[in-house]
Amino acid sequence: MKLESKVPSGALEQKWTKHLGDIKLVNPANKRKYEIIVVGGGLAGSSAAASLAELGYKVKCVIYHDSARRAHSVAAQGGINAAKNYQNDGDSVHRLFYDTIKGGDYRAREANVYRLAQVSVKIIDQCVAQGVPFAREYGGLLANRSFGGAQVSRTFYARGQTGQQLLLGAYSALMKTVGAGAVQMLPHEEMMDVVLVNGHAKGVICRNLNTGKVTRHNADAVVLATGGYGNVFNLSTYGRLSNTTAIWRAYKRGACFANPCFTQIHPTCIPVSGDYQSKLTLMSESLRNDGRIWVPKKKEDSRKSPGDIAEEDRDYYLERMYPSYGNLAPRDISSRAAKKVCDEGRGVGDSGLGVYLDFSDAIRRLGENAVRERYGNLFDIYKEITNEDAYRSPMRIFPAVHYTMGGLWVDYNLMSSIPGLFVLGEANFSDHGANRLGASALMQGLADGYFVIPFTIGDYLAQLKPGSRPASDAPEFAEAEQQVLGRIQKLLSIRGKQPVSHFHKRLGKILWDHCGMARNARGLEKALQEIPALREEFWSNVNVPGDSADLNQSLENAHRVADFLELGELMCRDALDRDESCGCHFREEHIDAEGECDRNDEHYAYVAAWEYAGEGKKPVLNKEPLVYEAVKMVKRNYK
Amino acid sequence: MKVTLKVWRQRNASSPGEFRTYQTPDLNPNMSFLEMLDVVNDSLTARGEEPIAFAHDCREGICGTCSLVINGKPHGPHRLVASCQTYMRSFHDGETIVVEPFRAKPFPIVKDLVTDRRAFDRIMAAGGFISVRTGAAPDANSLPVSKEAADRAMDAAACIGCGACVAACKNASAMLFVSAKVSQYSLLPQGQPERYRRVLGMVAKMDEEGFGNCTVTGACEAVCPKGISLDFIARLNREYSTALLRESIGRTAGSDGGA
Repeated sequence: MKLESKVPSGALEQKWTKHLGDIKLVNPANKRKYEIIVVGGGLAGSSAAASLAELGYKVKCVIYHDSARRAHSVAAQGGINAAKNYQNDGDSVHRLFYDTIKGGDYRAREANVYRLAQVSVKIIDQCVAQGVPFAREYGGLLANRSFGGAQVSRTFYARGQTGQQLLLGAYSALMKTVGAGAVQMLPHEEMMDVVLVNGHAKGVICRNLNTGKVTRHNADAVVLATGGYGNVFNLSTYGRLSNTTAIWRAYKRGACFANPCFTQIHPTCIPVSGDYQSKLTLMSESLRNDGRIWVPKKKEDSRKSPGDIAEEDRDYYLERMYPSYGNLAPRDISSRAAKKVCDEGRGVGDSGLGVYLDFSDAIRRLGENAVRERYGNLFDIYKEITNEDAYRSPMRIFPAVHYTMGGLWVDYNLMSSIPGLFVLGEANFSDHGANRLGASALMQGLADGYFVIPFTIGDYLAQLKPGSRPASDAPEFAEAEQQVLGRIQKLLSIRGKQPVSHFHKRLGKILWDHCGMARNARGLEKALQEIPALREEFWSNVNVPGDSADLNQSLENAHRVADFLELGELMCRDALDRDESCGCHFREEHIDAEGECDRNDEHYAYVAAWEYAGEGKKPVLNKEPLVYEAVKMVKRNYK
Repeated sequence: MKVTLKVWRQRNASSPGEFRTYQTPDLNPNMSFLEMLDVVNDSLTARGEEPIAFAHDCREGICGTCSLVINGKPHGPHRLVASCQTYMRSFHDGETIVVEPFRAKPFPIVKDLVTDRRAFDRIMAAGGFISVRTGAAPDANSLPVSKEAADRAMDAAACIGCGACVAACKNASAMLFVSAKVSQYSLLPQGQPERYRRVLGMVAKMDEEGFGNCTVTGACEAVCPKGISLDFIARLNREYSTALLRESIGRTAGSDGGA
């Protein structure tokens, strides 16, 4: 397959403006003749559905929750970046762009990232106008804070609930269009397949989670805003329902899957406490503005109470290793450093898999009240989970799976390799390269939904005759529906010995061990043996009780885990194929003299876009070369 | 530790429900309540029984999906936490724990402990927004908002839409939920143009959905996992009566002045 990125020509700063002037428009009177299905109601999905409906398109929005307000964007804590330069500290569109490209270790598409930085400023305007209660200074203007990988203060926030407030803003915009009859919500519906007619995406098959009913929905274009796939690891900071099903089914229908092994492991999460655990909880990166990360210098001190370890016996390892960024080093680097000190036996807590995040200096400097005002809700969450008071003793944190930079391949218009199928937000691959900087996920989700797709989808729709979409009784719909029904029957008929969770836990362990914070060829080859065997066991021994006539959460979960069992293999294949280290992808065979990533631009400066080749066949690797016109690819340095 | 669960089981909205009793396997006190249900469900699956359906997603108290009444109290024994942030260390070994869904007429039961709370979305669609077309916003700092107003609006905006307020109320009133949204917007300058239209629309929809009236018992505030204050209901009442008064003299749209 030939991948055309469709990046416009011209100077980097002019590309988006020029593109907006060049792409086709749909006449306002014709817009209502086009129907668009948006799958997902998080930041990207809600903002896209609302914005497209405002333009006049007929929109259906498919969500598996009862309400779009429950999508997991709601859980983002720290903030959203924008190049407003309200702090007068030297920020600019170019600097946000450069930080993001560098943060991604030069594995993102330059033109997309520049556009992201450009539209970032409009996002803040939009959200404030919607009534999002961002933090403010006494003068009434917006407040900012710093996040990892940046030396300016460009992060806007609403206490520790920024994702919630931004989502509620987008959700309220969506509800406005629902009230006006411009968007039809399809709640409690899970997308089970994309339907292609003559190679174009022309609809979806859904299953109603409450009634089990399988239905067909036709459209002129389909937009997937279904989030990331980090739950493939079982334990992650994702919501339990987050899954890969929508993008995985699209992959199996021909959409290329780009850089599947690029997974963000977030450095500051609450450590695992037992094998019953279902979920890991993030402690926002914003805590690293005031918290200092350390472990004991000596192994034998790691079982001591932190208060009994003298200042000179503490190793503030991020400040020592990366003096210019210190505790605000990017996520991949901070996570790896935590792993390193724990591997050395200096980790803290019962499991030895933890490091301290200490606020005692900040409390001395600012007072407990100021710390409470900034981070109170995070300290409360920590207390609820661990039963420990972080105002009195340091938090214990450890890295956890948090985000996936990989996702479906998209061109500059956010269209996948299936014409008519668009992919937004975390579900696509485009903007974060091999590592995402903090406070950039919210930015990307809203940029895609509010300010990119409303324009770029028109370029595709303008090529279609209004009213030309195939009816849902077309044979392609019937075929896709039969496949969905067949799979449901198959899952319900196995009646094996193990619950779905058993397979999910084992898959997660394989991936964490071999495709997690550090990877090597031997481990990945082992995983590539183990995962297909586990998948086979799943399909012969899983126990899915009940039937498909009403709410059946075991069945829902079985569908999702079945897809994870296929995706996990592709992730390992991608990680094995990328024989270099870059960003989150740390191949132990490629470490430089200082223990950092040894990137190989000569051979691996490309997007790995995997194409499904059929059941049991090795997927085809397509490469989109990464060409940098405005920045020079240099070694990432945060020292 | 081990506990005995008395759990509400109901196949769907049209079938009758009943309590069923289960003995849990051995539990770790550091498990969350939902993780305990996961473990119980795996053991039910192993015995060939259907697992207990319950709503959940983020498991960190922010999505508002989880919705259990534990020992008669929406979201369980602790103040300011959702069901998903309740831990087994809050119960004692051998205790019998009663688990029910959020019960209210506008929240019909879907199955077991899962209810349908889409009525909240319908209230939102009747006015819970500031109409701003994408791309039409002025520079964010062109409209200063005092820190006090922004902070107070944020206090209201923290609502997670779980519906515990409704489940706790003897009248199944949704006033705390509605008041949080109405207050957030009425406190901010951006919310002024649609101020009165909004409150009239949302309250009318709330009534139509079958939620009851507020008699100020404060049960809602007591169970709210985000501590949304009863003060916002007072603000809602004021907004609503002002709107009605204005409507009676033919002035409905927005506010003339500040908040």
